[in-house]
Amino acid sequence: MSVVVVGAGPAGVRAVERLVEAGIRPIWIEESPDGGGRVFQKPPPGFSRDAKALYGADASRAAAIHATVARLRAQVDWRPGTLVWNLRPGPRLLNTQGPDGTKAEVAYDRVILCTGAMDRALPIPGWTKPGVTGLGAAQIALKAQGLAIGRQVALCGTGPLLLLLAWQLTKAGAPPALVLESAGWARTLRAAPGLAWNPVGALRGLAWRAALRRRGVRIRTGALPLRVEGTDKVEALVWRDARGEHRTEVDGVAIGYGLKPETQLADLAGVPFSFDGLQRLWLPERDRAGRTAVPGVYLAGDGASIGGSVVAELAGTRAALAVIEDAGGHVDPLETDMIHRRLWLEARFRAALERAFPYPAEHAAAMPDETLLCRCEAITAGELRGTDAPEVNRGKAFTRIGMGRCQGRVCGPAGAEVLAAARGCDIRDVGRLRGQMPVKPVVMA
Amino acid sequence: MIPVRLVDQARPEIGFSVDGQAVTARQGDTLLAAILAAGLGRVRTSEFGDGPRAGFCWMGACQDCWLVVEGLGARRACSTLAEPGMKVIRR
Repeated sequence: MSVVVVGAGPAGVRAVERLVEAGIRPIWIEESPDGGGRVFQKPPPGFSRDAKALYGADASRAAAIHATVARLRAQVDWRPGTLVWNLRPGPRLLNTQGPDGTKAEVAYDRVILCTGAMDRALPIPGWTKPGVTGLGAAQIALKAQGLAIGRQVALCGTGPLLLLLAWQLTKAGAPPALVLESAGWARTLRAAPGLAWNPVGALRGLAWRAALRRRGVRIRTGALPLRVEGTDKVEALVWRDARGEHRTEVDGVAIGYGLKPETQLADLAGVPFSFDGLQRLWLPERDRAGRTAVPGVYLAGDGASIGGSVVAELAGTRAALAVIEDAGGHVDPLETDMIHRRLWLEARFRAALERAFPYPAEHAAAMPDETLLCRCEAITAGELRGTDAPEVNRGKAFTRIGMGRCQGRVCGPAGAEVLAAARGCDIRDVGRLRGQMPVKPVVMA
Repeated sequence: MIPVRLVDQARPEIGFSVDGQAVTARQGDTLLAAILAAGLGRVRTSEFGDGPRAGFCWMGACQDCWLVVEGLGARRACSTLAEPGMKVIRR
């Protein structure tokens, strides 16, 4: 039986670990040069900060994931630096591109997709200028490169990553000039009972906020970025809160409103999607073990639904157990029960987080006409509004939105908000951009 | 917009070139980090006339930081480490 695991973040690592324990030697494909995923991304060789400095309170979990990757590499067919750019569910084949550009076909009987997530963007006028990055991007700059994206940086977003990054930058000696949290206090308080499902996580957020306030970091709640000003670089951020419109001179802006799963391979596999009203995203359907309706295709981690790294580890283990079970192996029902219970608890907390820190959908829907909604093809929100497209794939055909190199990864969710508002319909009714291969650009020989 | 080297910056210096101009970076810098930290301000120019670009996601997803490395072809600046002697051409 050929088992393939795509991705070496927390979900992929735990999936492979469990497969190896069961005597299976999977093919393990990771796009980065090393494992750990984005959450536990390691700096390239030559950097010297230890796990505590890099991952803070999660240092021991990060170290455990890295040690597990190091141990497992020799026991599997490890293929780092390798992109899976297509998945064909009929013949059960993956198409890959290795680090030197070499193409290969990889056959699978069962594949676990642990494809991770990326920043969910909120396009605003000026956001294509050098100096504007995703919020997660600004964290990667710090974690993997030891950099702040500018000298005076504004962080715009919502939820735990916003304050965590603000605190990490402050500790590294570069406190942000401005932190804009889109959610208001009232909303956060309403969600407070649900946040108590994870008291440690909830308290961490409060502690970061208090520490930032003590250091004099300017945090505004119920605040949203309006536009980035400057010619060829960031000179100022114009933003608004309940008190009105403000302009702050900055040279860097990071924007990220939660995460969105990288679902392209699940889409190519033909996994059915359904709309998740809480995350306000289309997500591939799977059972609690990670099985999908497509034979041999399993999903785990943030690539299936945003749950964070703890959930990803549990879901990776669970998906591997499903593979083992479906292949006729023995699985301890006590262990699967325990995983299901922990996943259920985490899901309660996640739901409360989504309620407390929602995607600012109305702000996205109301973006000014001149906003370059699609970065790849430089298409404005006004151009999309000007079509009579009833759903996003027609909008794509008419305007090229989502047809560029990123395939709508970046503009997709905001574009759907714009189109739904323009049509006066529910976000569900404009559908979702269908995935196309190659899921990322490949080098032609 | 010049990224600030905050921590872990005592790495050996390496030299490469961007559009023929000599650039000093640190071993372990990605091309994106090295080019921006050197003050070059962009990794490419939008083919649609809306000005300079310097990527967005820093993780190989947004495809907004493609440039050309001589001998290697088109590369994402965020996921390619700067190597001594590299010749980078921006578009």
